[in-house]
Amino acid sequence: MATTGHTVKAFDSDLGQIRGLVSEMGGRAEAAISASIEALARLDLESAAKVVEEDRKIDALEAEVERQVIRLIALRAPMADDLRDAVAALKISGVIERIGDYAKNIAKRVPLLAELRNSEPMAILPAMARSVSDMVRGALDAYAARDATAAVMVQEADRHVDDFYNSLFRTLLTYMMENPTSITPSAHLLFIAKNLERIGDHATNIAEMVFFAATGEQLVDRPRGPDPFAAMAEKA
Amino acid sequence: MERIGLTAVTGALALASGLALAFAGAADPLVVVAGMLAGIGLTLLLWTARMWADEGTGQTEAAATPPPPPPGPRVEDVLGAVDDPLLLVEGRQVIRANAAAIAALGEHVVDDDVRLAIRHPAATDLLTREGHAGGSVELIGLGDADRVWTLSVLPLGETTRLVRLSDHSATRATERMRVDFVANASHELRTPLASLIGFIETLEDANGPDDATIRARFLGIMAGEARRMQRLVDDLISLSRIEADKHRAPADAVPLGTLARETADTLRGSRGGATRIELAIEEGLPPVSGDRAQLSQLLHNLVGNALKYGDLAKPVRVAVARDGSGMVRLTVADQGDGIPAQHLPRLTERFYRVDPGRSRAVGGTGLGLAIVKHIVERHRGRLDIASTPGVGTTVTVLLPALAETPSAAVAAE
Repeated sequence: MATTGHTVKAFDSDLGQIRGLVSEMGGRAEAAISASIEALARLDLESAAKVVEEDRKIDALEAEVERQVIRLIALRAPMADDLRDAVAALKISGVIERIGDYAKNIAKRVPLLAELRNSEPMAILPAMARSVSDMVRGALDAYAARDATAAVMVQEADRHVDDFYNSLFRTLLTYMMENPTSITPSAHLLFIAKNLERIGDHATNIAEMVFFAATGEQLVDRPRGPDPFAAMAEKA
Repeated sequence: MERIGLTAVTGALALASGLALAFAGAADPLVVVAGMLAGIGLTLLLWTARMWADEGTGQTEAAATPPPPPPGPRVEDVLGAVDDPLLLVEGRQVIRANAAAIAALGEHVVDDDVRLAIRHPAATDLLTREGHAGGSVELIGLGDADRVWTLSVLPLGETTRLVRLSDHSATRATERMRVDFVANASHELRTPLASLIGFIETLEDANGPDDATIRARFLGIMAGEARRMQRLVDDLISLSRIEADKHRAPADAVPLGTLARETADTLRGSRGGATRIELAIEEGLPPVSGDRAQLSQLLHNLVGNALKYGDLAKPVRVAVARDGSGMVRLTVADQGDGIPAQHLPRLTERFYRVDPGRSRAVGGTGLGLAIVKHIVERHRGRLDIASTPGVGTTVTVLLPALAETPSAAVAAE
């Protein structure tokens, strides 16, 4: 709508409203990721509880986006890029809702991790979270700007997050072997790392949909690196 | 002028038509007189009508053009001259953005929903609040995780608001730097200091010339430790400098190829026998937009690492080439033990060492790659480290090329 206005002005304003809502959701999800990791690093139970509470807003926004997209499709029967925009908004809002859930899940585990304070794995997580947040930010910026090139860059960044996850996985295994008493919190930390890794994957999904909405073509899947688990299985 | 001409023409036409009418009816003198009268009458009528009309327009014109106003600045120019990002928001839609706002938030913001332009929950709460009230709020992590902005909203009318963002990242970066410096430096400097003190105490207890050899050995170790501390402090200082400038992209034209050649020459000289560096520099490269001193430091760190950690008998390949998307690609590849995959994501952390003993033995400060990462980030470039254990490590840096202009091409020579 920034480039081509529609004859029916109301369509532009409806779509603009939907895109605004999606972006608002994205902003809240981004904030939830950084807040949950910050709570984790400081073992701040209060702000962890706040992240859990704030997730309701994301859920409510998703319902609102869904309602408005369905209304838009029903009333205006959009075609071509307009339809792609509407469908992308619907799908992206679903993905952002999942991202919000993962952030909430991280926040919920904060109270269980007091023992691991200052341990090595705890030191890696914030760096990993930063990589993941950068991906989410990149994907949402690409959405706001309808920028297909920026979307491709997000997809490429996913490799770094995977590297982080594999590195953390090994570190945690070693840590658990050395400190059998800390297996429970370590397992929770592993879930947190997995959640972050999933958020990274979801950011890639957003990027794929942005690419699709902007170009009408599917983004080709990035070539996967060698599977670290296969390598581990061989060694065993 | 034109109008007078027009009146004359219409008048003449009317007169002519009257005359023509007169001659056409020449047979009857009465008709001739009547025709002439009609012609003259028509001319007069048109004339007065014309005059009257002229008078009317003349009056409106006088009202529309007041005495020539002094050419004042346009609102757009005034907004554009302000360094802080400014948005004019109507309802929830951005209707105008100044140059700073477009640079910070992207070109798409004009006509977009304000929530697309500024994606931050605190901003959304303030901007979509009922009643369109004013106020201000601090936004952390808008545009970049480390940026701190203050967003203030000023109502300008029923639904129009002026949104202003002011950047406080620099202040915050300085604060953080101070905290980080104390944390890092105190820890990293304590170890060499403790060993220095240990040696000094031992030397104090030493007696007579018998201990001369031991003394010499100890002094050698002490000198080494002291130099390492000095390097560490130097690295910490340069890291802080780079971080302080992080949000200001450098824009000088730097010929990366020439710089790589210079670096190779210095390192060949300093690390004796280092004929190991192999250069491959593409012809006619565009210069990159950057900071010469920092890029030289980046090259020193990368090539130095490759020389230190690669196999001593194998070459280190340094290549500078054009990359498709308006970037210049620098690759530094060594052959040697490589780095196990689990260390790769953490290499650019401060003081992270794959093998602490080995790093200290070759005089590493643990900051080399952290510095490289920060330089690349400041240059809006990309850094990628790939390594295969047992084969070697390849570091790739992509830096934005300066847009090609004749003067830039000369600078590249």
